[in-house]
Amino acid sequence: MDALVTYFGAIVFYTLAALAVAGAAGVIGYRNPVHAAMSLLMTFLAVAGLFVLLHAELIAAVQILVYAGGVMVLFLFVIMLVNVRTLPTEEKYVRRLLPVAVVISVVLVALVLVGVWAAFRAPAGPVAALVSVEGQAMGNTEAVGWSLYRDYLLPFEVVSVVLLVAMIGAIVMGRKEKEGRT
Amino acid sequence: MITTTHYLVLSLILFGLGVTGVVVRRNFITVLMSIELILNAANLNFIAFSRHLGDLSGQVFAVFIITIAAAEAAIGLGIIIALVRLKQTVQLDQVNVMQG
Repeated sequence: MDALVTYFGAIVFYTLAALAVAGAAGVIGYRNPVHAAMSLLMTFLAVAGLFVLLHAELIAAVQILVYAGGVMVLFLFVIMLVNVRTLPTEEKYVRRLLPVAVVISVVLVALVLVGVWAAFRAPAGPVAALVSVEGQAMGNTEAVGWSLYRDYLLPFEVVSVVLLVAMIGAIVMGRKEKEGRT
Repeated sequence: MITTTHYLVLSLILFGLGVTGVVVRRNFITVLMSIELILNAANLNFIAFSRHLGDLSGQVFAVFIITIAAAEAAIGLGIIIALVRLKQTVQLDQVNVMQG
Protein backbone atom coordinates (compact mmCIF):
# COMPACT_ATOMS: atom_id res chain seq x y z
CA MET A 1 0.00 0.00 0.00
CA ASP A 2 2.81 2.33 0.90
CA ALA A 3 4.58 1.54 -2.37
CA LEU A 4 1.37 2.25 -4.27
CA VAL A 5 1.18 5.71 -2.74
CA THR A 6 4.78 6.37 -3.70
CA TYR A 7 4.25 5.19 -7.25
CA PHE A 8 1.11 7.28 -7.51
CA GLY A 9 3.13 10.39 -6.71
CA ALA A 10 5.73 9.43 -9.31
CA ILE A 11 3.08 8.79 -11.97
CA VAL A 12 1.42 12.15 -11.30
CA PHE A 13 4.79 13.90 -11.39
CA TYR A 14 5.89 12.35 -14.69
CA THR A 15 2.50 13.00 -16.30
CA LEU A 16 2.51 16.65 -15.28
CA ALA A 17 6.17 17.04 -16.24
CA ALA A 18 5.54 15.55 -19.68
CA LEU A 19 2.57 17.89 -20.19
CA ALA A 20 4.66 20.89 -19.11
CA VAL A 21 7.55 20.05 -21.42
CA ALA A 22 5.21 19.28 -24.32
CA GLY A 23 3.50 22.62 -23.80
CA ALA A 24 6.83 24.44 -23.68
CA ALA A 25 7.92 22.72 -26.89
CA GLY A 26 4.64 23.75 -28.46
CA VAL A 27 5.27 27.39 -27.61
CA ILE A 28 8.46 27.27 -29.67
CA GLY A 29 7.13 24.98 -32.37
CA TYR A 30 3.70 26.30 -33.32
CA ARG A 31 3.56 28.88 -36.08
CA ASN A 32 0.13 30.17 -35.11
CA PRO A 33 0.36 32.36 -31.96
CA VAL A 34 -3.06 31.16 -30.75
CA HIS A 35 -1.83 27.55 -30.79
CA ALA A 36 1.32 28.65 -28.98
CA ALA A 37 -0.80 30.41 -26.36
CA MET A 38 -2.88 27.28 -25.80
CA SER A 39 0.34 25.29 -25.46
CA LEU A 40 1.55 27.79 -22.89
CA LEU A 41 -1.74 27.41 -21.03
CA MET A 42 -1.15 23.67 -20.79
CA THR A 43 2.31 24.33 -19.33
CA PHE A 44 0.88 26.76 -16.77
CA LEU A 45 -1.75 24.27 -15.63
CA ALA A 46 0.76 21.42 -15.44
CA VAL A 47 3.14 23.57 -13.37
CA ALA A 48 0.23 24.50 -11.09
CA GLY A 49 -0.34 20.78 -10.58
CA LEU A 50 3.34 20.36 -9.73
CA PHE A 51 3.01 23.14 -7.13
CA VAL A 52 0.18 21.20 -5.52
CA LEU A 53 2.44 18.15 -5.52
CA LEU A 54 5.05 20.26 -3.71
CA HIS A 55 2.47 21.30 -1.09
CA ALA A 56 2.45 24.91 -2.25
CA GLU A 57 -1.31 25.10 -2.61
CA LEU A 58 -1.53 28.88 -2.42
CA ILE A 59 1.01 29.37 -5.20
CA ALA A 60 -0.85 26.82 -7.34
CA ALA A 61 -4.06 28.79 -6.93
CA VAL A 62 -2.30 32.08 -7.66
CA GLN A 63 -0.64 30.50 -10.70
CA ILE A 64 -4.00 29.47 -12.15
CA LEU A 65 -5.67 32.79 -11.30
CA VAL A 66 -2.92 35.09 -12.54
CA TYR A 67 -1.33 33.09 -15.38
CA ALA A 68 -4.11 30.93 -16.75
CA GLY A 69 -6.69 33.59 -15.99
CA GLY A 70 -5.08 36.99 -16.39
CA VAL A 71 -1.93 36.74 -18.46
CA MET A 72 -3.37 34.22 -20.91
CA VAL A 73 -6.47 36.35 -21.57
CA LEU A 74 -4.17 39.34 -22.07
CA PHE A 75 -2.13 37.40 -24.64
CA LEU A 76 -5.22 36.21 -26.50
CA PHE A 77 -6.67 39.72 -26.51
CA VAL A 78 -3.51 41.13 -28.04
CA ILE A 79 -3.35 38.33 -30.63
CA MET A 80 -6.94 39.17 -31.50
CA LEU A 81 -6.28 42.93 -31.63
CA VAL A 82 -3.15 42.56 -33.72
CA ASN A 83 -4.92 40.01 -35.94
CA VAL A 84 -1.78 38.15 -36.92
CA ARG A 85 -3.36 36.55 -39.97
CA THR A 86 -3.57 39.86 -41.82
CA LEU A 87 0.10 40.61 -41.19
CA PRO A 88 2.61 39.41 -43.76
CA THR A 89 3.97 36.04 -42.70
CA GLU A 90 7.62 35.33 -42.90
CA GLU A 91 9.97 32.62 -41.81
CA LYS A 92 9.23 31.46 -38.29
CA TYR A 93 12.74 31.26 -36.90
CA VAL A 94 15.77 33.47 -37.02
CA ARG A 95 17.84 30.61 -38.39
CA ARG A 96 21.27 32.15 -38.20
CA LEU A 97 20.73 32.60 -34.43
CA LEU A 98 20.11 28.90 -33.77
CA PRO A 99 23.78 28.11 -32.84
CA VAL A 100 23.78 31.16 -30.56
CA ALA A 101 20.63 29.85 -28.88
CA VAL A 102 22.19 26.44 -28.32
CA VAL A 103 25.37 27.95 -26.84
CA ILE A 104 23.45 30.30 -24.54
CA SER A 105 21.16 27.51 -23.38
CA VAL A 106 24.05 25.16 -22.65
CA VAL A 107 26.00 27.81 -20.73
CA LEU A 108 22.97 28.84 -18.66
CA VAL A 109 22.04 25.22 -17.95
CA ALA A 110 25.61 24.59 -16.81
CA LEU A 111 25.42 27.63 -14.49
CA VAL A 112 22.17 26.40 -12.97
CA LEU A 113 23.65 22.92 -12.53
CA VAL A 114 26.59 24.40 -10.63
CA GLY A 115 24.12 26.27 -8.42
CA VAL A 116 22.13 23.10 -7.77
CA TRP A 117 25.29 21.18 -6.96
CA ALA A 118 26.33 23.88 -4.49
CA ALA A 119 22.89 23.94 -2.92
CA PHE A 120 22.85 20.20 -2.34
CA ARG A 121 26.10 20.37 -0.46
CA ALA A 122 24.35 22.58 2.06
CA PRO A 123 22.58 20.75 4.88
CA ALA A 124 18.90 20.10 4.24
CA GLY A 125 16.31 21.33 6.66
CA PRO A 126 13.11 19.52 7.66
CA VAL A 127 10.53 18.85 4.99
CA ALA A 128 7.20 20.14 6.17
CA ALA A 129 3.82 20.24 4.46
CA LEU A 130 2.22 22.01 7.36
CA VAL A 131 4.50 24.72 8.60
CA SER A 132 4.65 26.33 11.96
CA VAL A 133 5.26 29.93 12.88
CA GLU A 134 6.26 30.50 16.47
CA GLY A 135 5.46 26.91 17.32
CA GLN A 136 1.93 27.11 15.97
CA ALA A 137 0.97 24.76 13.13
CA MET A 138 -1.03 26.35 10.32
CA GLY A 139 -2.02 25.80 6.68
CA ASN A 140 -0.01 26.83 3.65
CA THR A 141 -1.99 29.97 2.81
CA GLU A 142 -1.90 31.27 6.35
CA ALA A 143 1.81 30.59 6.69
CA VAL A 144 2.71 32.26 3.39
CA GLY A 145 0.55 35.25 4.30
CA TRP A 146 2.23 35.45 7.68
CA SER A 147 5.67 35.41 6.10
CA LEU A 148 4.65 37.83 3.34
CA TYR A 149 3.23 40.51 5.62
CA ARG A 150 5.72 40.20 8.44
CA ASP A 151 9.13 39.30 7.01
CA TYR A 152 8.71 40.61 3.47
CA LEU A 153 6.58 43.71 3.97
CA LEU A 154 8.97 46.12 2.22
CA PRO A 155 9.45 43.97 -0.92
CA PHE A 156 5.67 43.53 -0.98
CA GLU A 157 5.14 47.30 -1.05
CA VAL A 158 7.87 47.77 -3.66
CA VAL A 159 6.23 45.16 -5.89
CA SER A 160 2.94 47.02 -5.61
CA VAL A 161 4.72 50.15 -6.88
CA VAL A 162 6.15 48.10 -9.76
CA LEU A 163 2.63 46.95 -10.64
CA LEU A 164 1.39 50.54 -10.59
CA VAL A 165 4.22 51.68 -12.89
CA ALA A 166 3.55 48.75 -15.24
CA MET A 167 -0.14 49.62 -15.36
CA ILE A 168 0.55 53.28 -16.17
CA GLY A 169 3.13 52.28 -18.77
CA ALA A 170 0.77 49.84 -20.47
CA ILE A 171 -2.01 52.44 -20.56
CA VAL A 172 0.28 55.12 -22.00
CA MET A 173 1.68 52.79 -24.68
CA GLY A 174 -1.68 51.34 -25.60
CA ARG A 175 -3.34 54.74 -25.96
CA LYS A 176 -4.15 56.00 -29.44
CA GLU A 177 -2.20 59.04 -30.58
CA LYS A 178 -4.44 62.09 -30.74
CA GLU A 179 -4.66 64.04 -34.01
CA GLY A 180 -2.35 67.02 -34.25
CA ARG A 181 0.03 65.71 -31.61
CA THR A 182 3.44 64.41 -32.34
CA MET B 1 10.42 8.42 -5.17
CA ILE B 2 10.36 11.91 -6.61
CA THR B 3 13.13 14.04 -5.18
CA THR B 4 13.92 17.72 -5.44
CA THR B 5 16.38 16.90 -8.22
CA HIS B 6 13.52 15.72 -10.44
CA TYR B 7 11.86 19.10 -10.10
CA LEU B 8 15.12 20.92 -10.77
CA VAL B 9 15.74 18.92 -13.94
CA LEU B 10 12.22 19.67 -15.15
CA SER B 11 12.78 23.33 -14.34
CA LEU B 12 16.04 23.22 -16.32
CA ILE B 13 14.25 21.77 -19.35
CA LEU B 14 11.52 24.43 -19.22
CA PHE B 15 14.15 27.13 -18.78
CA GLY B 16 16.22 25.88 -21.73
CA LEU B 17 13.15 25.73 -23.96
CA GLY B 18 12.25 29.26 -22.87
CA VAL B 19 15.70 30.65 -23.66
CA THR B 20 15.70 28.89 -27.02
CA GLY B 21 12.33 30.42 -27.80
CA VAL B 22 13.51 33.92 -26.87
CA VAL B 23 16.55 33.66 -29.10
CA VAL B 24 15.24 31.87 -32.20
CA ARG B 25 11.63 32.95 -32.59
CA ARG B 26 10.83 36.01 -34.67
CA ASN B 27 7.29 36.65 -33.50
CA PHE B 28 7.32 39.17 -30.65
CA ILE B 29 4.25 37.61 -29.01
CA THR B 30 5.87 34.18 -28.94
CA VAL B 31 9.06 35.67 -27.49
CA LEU B 32 7.00 37.12 -24.64
CA MET B 33 5.44 33.69 -24.07
CA SER B 34 8.93 32.19 -23.89
CA ILE B 35 9.85 34.74 -21.22
CA GLU B 36 6.81 33.60 -19.24
CA LEU B 37 8.16 30.05 -19.59
CA ILE B 38 11.49 31.13 -18.11
CA LEU B 39 9.77 32.83 -15.17
CA ASN B 40 7.68 29.71 -14.60
CA ALA B 41 10.83 27.59 -14.51
CA ALA B 42 12.27 29.97 -11.90
CA ASN B 43 9.08 29.63 -9.87
CA LEU B 44 9.31 25.86 -9.99
CA ASN B 45 12.88 26.11 -8.70
CA PHE B 46 11.85 28.40 -5.86
CA ILE B 47 9.00 26.12 -4.78
CA ALA B 48 11.13 22.97 -5.04
CA PHE B 49 13.84 24.50 -2.86
CA SER B 50 11.24 25.87 -0.47
CA ARG B 51 10.09 22.28 0.04
CA HIS B 52 13.63 20.91 0.14
CA LEU B 53 14.78 23.35 2.80
CA GLY B 54 11.51 23.55 4.72
CA ASP B 55 11.58 27.33 4.35
CA LEU B 56 8.61 29.39 3.22
CA SER B 57 10.65 32.25 1.74
CA GLY B 58 10.72 30.45 -1.61
CA GLN B 59 6.93 30.54 -1.83
CA VAL B 60 6.86 34.23 -0.94
CA PHE B 61 9.35 34.95 -3.72
CA ALA B 62 7.25 32.88 -6.11
CA VAL B 63 4.39 35.29 -5.37
CA PHE B 64 6.70 38.20 -6.22
CA ILE B 65 7.81 36.53 -9.45
CA ILE B 66 4.22 35.96 -10.53
CA THR B 67 3.53 39.65 -9.91
CA ILE B 68 6.55 40.71 -11.91
CA ALA B 69 5.56 38.33 -14.71
CA ALA B 70 2.11 39.89 -14.89
CA ALA B 71 3.63 43.39 -15.03
CA GLU B 72 6.07 42.26 -17.71
CA ALA B 73 3.27 40.75 -19.79
CA ALA B 74 1.24 43.95 -19.57
CA ILE B 75 4.19 46.13 -20.60
CA GLY B 76 5.31 43.77 -23.36
CA LEU B 77 1.86 43.52 -24.85
CA GLY B 78 1.53 47.32 -24.65
CA ILE B 79 4.75 47.55 -26.64
CA ILE B 80 3.33 45.10 -29.20
CA ILE B 81 0.20 47.23 -29.63
CA ALA B 82 2.32 50.36 -30.11
CA LEU B 83 4.63 48.50 -32.50
CA VAL B 84 1.79 47.22 -34.66
CA ARG B 85 0.36 50.72 -34.84
CA LEU B 86 3.71 52.10 -35.90
CA LYS B 87 5.07 49.43 -38.27
CA GLN B 88 2.25 46.92 -38.88
CA THR B 89 4.48 44.02 -37.89
CA VAL B 90 5.24 41.78 -34.92
CA GLN B 91 8.34 40.27 -36.55
CA LEU B 92 11.31 41.27 -34.45
CA ASP B 93 13.87 41.38 -37.27
CA GLN B 94 11.77 43.94 -39.13
CA VAL B 95 12.12 46.36 -36.25
CA ASN B 96 15.55 47.73 -37.06
CA VAL B 97 15.11 51.51 -37.13
CA MET B 98 17.62 52.03 -34.33
CA GLN B 99 20.07 49.48 -35.72
CA GLY B 100 23.37 51.25 -36.54
